[in-house]
Amino acid sequence: MTQQNSQGYIVRLAGLSAGYEGKPVVSDVNMAIRPGEFVGIVGPSGSGKTTLMKVILGSVAVYDGAAEVEGRAVSLRHRPSVGYVPQLETIDWNFPVSVEEVVMMGRSMQSGIWPWPRKEDKAEMTRLLERLGIAQFRRQHIRNLSGGQQQRVFLARALIRNPRLLILDEPTSGVDIKTRDDILHLLVELNREGVTVILSTHELNAVAAHLPRVICINRGIVADGRPSEIFTTEVLRETYGGDMVVVKQDGMTLVADSPHFFDDAHSHAETAPVNG
Amino acid sequence: MIFLVNLREPFEFEFFRHALLGATMVGALTGLVGVFVVLRRMSYIGHGMSHSIFGGAVVGYVAGINFYVAAGVWGFLSALLINQTTRKRQIGADAAIGIITTASFALGVALISRASSVTRNFDAALFGNLLGVSTSDLWVIAGVLAFTLAVVFFFYKQILFLTFDSEVAPVYGVPAGWIDTIFSLVLAATIIASIRIMGVTLIAASLVIPPVIARLLTDRFAVMLVVSSALGAVIAFVGMFISYYFDVASGASIVLLAAAIFALTIGYVTIRNWIRFGRPIAGTRKLTSAESQALFD
Repeated sequence: MTQQNSQGYIVRLAGLSAGYEGKPVVSDVNMAIRPGEFVGIVGPSGSGKTTLMKVILGSVAVYDGAAEVEGRAVSLRHRPSVGYVPQLETIDWNFPVSVEEVVMMGRSMQSGIWPWPRKEDKAEMTRLLERLGIAQFRRQHIRNLSGGQQQRVFLARALIRNPRLLILDEPTSGVDIKTRDDILHLLVELNREGVTVILSTHELNAVAAHLPRVICINRGIVADGRPSEIFTTEVLRETYGGDMVVVKQDGMTLVADSPHFFDDAHSHAETAPVNG
Repeated sequence: MIFLVNLREPFEFEFFRHALLGATMVGALTGLVGVFVVLRRMSYIGHGMSHSIFGGAVVGYVAGINFYVAAGVWGFLSALLINQTTRKRQIGADAAIGIITTASFALGVALISRASSVTRNFDAALFGNLLGVSTSDLWVIAGVLAFTLAVVFFFYKQILFLTFDSEVAPVYGVPAGWIDTIFSLVLAATIIASIRIMGVTLIAASLVIPPVIARLLTDRFAVMLVVSSALGAVIAFVGMFISYYFDVASGASIVLLAAAIFALTIGYVTIRNWIRFGRPIAGTRKLTSAESQALFD
């Protein structure tokens, strides 16, 4: 194990089987990520994307195989120090907290025993909020922000730990195209500064446009590589269980649903009995 | 003047001075702990635990064990059992808690119906009584309040994180298991310390109503803690006078007063938002952009 990690992997899963209450959700997963990589995990709902991330976070029981982060085995008892942004659907938006209180949660185990934040923690929080463009909302209740701003608040909570590895669970879910683009550009920027980024998403085109590496999973790894290489109808059929159209144009890879064509006769045949 | 004289009258009795001091501390304590009970959506657990502890107290009485020792051990074990049960997915948490706590309560009732000497205190145990607060009870309440304040003060950041986001807090190193256990201990201790004044059936209301009123008035966690504790103390203080003058159970008078203040708060917030937004909306929050848009549709 140590030999493998001396080769420089920040995350390494080998023959991994993991899940909940004794039932594996993902099986026989082999995956290695080097420091500084930017990796997207895609797959249908229930395919094990979140489970795989939680394995790396040490939140899910490993039944078989090995999971290591920065060379150390991860388990429910030994959690790695990483930045994590959960799905925003899990957040209680009526909870009485402000933006700065949420961000300071990221330092709750490092900032001493007093209930109030230290000067250096506040300074770091201010720097991060300014960088993410949400400093003006610091005293606002989190519910009063837009989807993109809320995503940045939770990103700031993860970044205030100065993590080398950042994990985001569907960070582009439920936001408009412009916000999605902003978030992905921000992540690319962080990645260029040396932070390893792993994110899960349903946005195949966004992955193809922004990420150099993607892993397709469906309870196990289906394909792993550059989006332009692995986004094929065969791989996507195996991953999602349905037909998709892959278009390559001007150096871009675009994925679309397989269209359904209805002719007039078909439409009339379907609707006639109802109208009659 | 006559009114002032009447207000001073109950202070001539030691039992009332004890009850007033005890109730005020209990009000502050339940107001403080209740914030976490409400935000963690554990209101039903508070209700169930008070019933469970009642069973333990009766078992202790019959076995000749000190009330606080018997109720404490029983309460803590119940809290741990409830905590474990809520993590099981096969049975609904509410159903499991209902079984554990009502079984314990039923055990207490069964023992009481066998031992006729206990029956006269039955109403007091269920609904609270200002006659039964001794000096040692006051020390217990003060001790639990001091311990709870210390826990909230020194673990404020971790408790806030865990209450807000129980999934991510452990990922960031918050010792969720330890804090949950300490919280179970605090909750059990709060209920035990409050049981003589509030009564088994009414403790849950004193854990829930002050935090809910505070939540209607503020969007800040720290402010909610202070407002809820202060409200709990004031309501209990005034409630004891109502109990004395109208000769009703102390727990009932405190809860009825709290409920009246809750109704007034709802009315105040609704009218305030009506003036501010042009529509009657219960709650203090600012409107989301979708809601703001809806107002103009």
